[in-house]
Amino acid sequence: MSYIGILITYIFIQNFILVQFMGLCPFIGVSKNSESAIGMGIAVTFVTGIASVVCYAVHTFLLVPFALEYLRTIAFILVIAALVQLVEMVIKKMSPALYQALGIYLPLITTNCAVLGIAIINIDEGYNLLESFTAGIAAGLGFTLAIILMSNIREKLEMTPVRKVFRGVPIAFISASLMALAFMGFDSSLITNLHLG
Amino acid sequence: MSAHMKELTKGLFKENPTFIIMLGMCPTLGVSTQVSNALGMGLSVIFVLTFSNMAISALRKIIPDTIRIPSYIVIIASFVTIVEMVLHAYVPSVYAALGVYLPLIVVNCIILGRAEAFANKNTVLDSALDGIGMGIGFTMSLTLISLIREVFGSGTITLFAVGGFDGVIEIPGLSESPIGVLTLASGALLVMGYLKAFFQWKSSRGKK
Repeated sequence: MSYIGILITYIFIQNFILVQFMGLCPFIGVSKNSESAIGMGIAVTFVTGIASVVCYAVHTFLLVPFALEYLRTIAFILVIAALVQLVEMVIKKMSPALYQALGIYLPLITTNCAVLGIAIINIDEGYNLLESFTAGIAAGLGFTLAIILMSNIREKLEMTPVRKVFRGVPIAFISASLMALAFMGFDSSLITNLHLG
Repeated sequence: MSAHMKELTKGLFKENPTFIIMLGMCPTLGVSTQVSNALGMGLSVIFVLTFSNMAISALRKIIPDTIRIPSYIVIIASFVTIVEMVLHAYVPSVYAALGVYLPLIVVNCIILGRAEAFANKNTVLDSALDGIGMGIGFTMSLTLISLIREVFGSGTITLFAVGGFDGVIEIPGLSESPIGVLTLASGALLVMGYLKAFFQWKSSRGKK
């Protein structure tokens, strides 16, 4: 599949939140206002991009040569946890302004399924280094798109008369469900019709 | 003994991980298309949760406070790897159906959440009971969602094939004209939203 094909697949067709349900906890937890949604989205995109490359490298150059593929889950989660720490330290040193904006979201990302999810999907799909990186960025962008849309919907919902039992999380789920219905319009035939396959 | 029993039963309803604390939703919605997948996922989580709770509780005085989260993750990941290997070897159909959601048990917030909130402060026995209770609570919620989605979405109930029984129960009337959207991603979020509303209604009524 071409790089644009991978981008479209993971942003729209296999959208991480609305189709694969990865990263639902921050999606519901952090989508109350659009500023924090954007911060979370950028932080996740940053980490999924880097984690895809590093996990690909760990799998290809460390696990496969020593026939240790069964340690994949442990190796990847350790790499991701270390990476998130490292990214946090680097951002703190290089750009205090960016750290101010992303700081509180970075530690949460270790346990975001989207990061481990894309690392495992890359290996299962047999992507090469550059394809893994593209898929990682695309997955992050898909997450960002969904969380920003959701935060805008929730800001509007704040001012809407919603029945008491549906207020808060339930109405957020139902709105997400309607968004998922809209995302069903993107399916794999899009890739075929655009000749990206 | 009653104090121990309370650790076991609180996960079932009062502190149900899925509907009340809202943790671990990714696998809940991802694998709830069929009852058999939900049960497979639930049993895997019960196993991982119980044993990681026990291990973390036993090591709680040895693990330094500053590196506790990475240590917990390694312990959890080891048990998840065991489950992966066992399922791959003995029930390959469930392994294939759970797909990427199986390794994702590592980052399931319920397990790390219980380790942080309960197992590092309590004894091994209480932690084991807490793990079993929370695991059963999770399995019940997961089974409930998958039952709704499968019965109304495809008109069947898929269990495990035993002997001559192929594992699929068809529900007359529903299997000819099911509400197909419930089996899709959108249906999962819809069912979750309505169930959460139901639990909010129930708990607000209980307070009065």
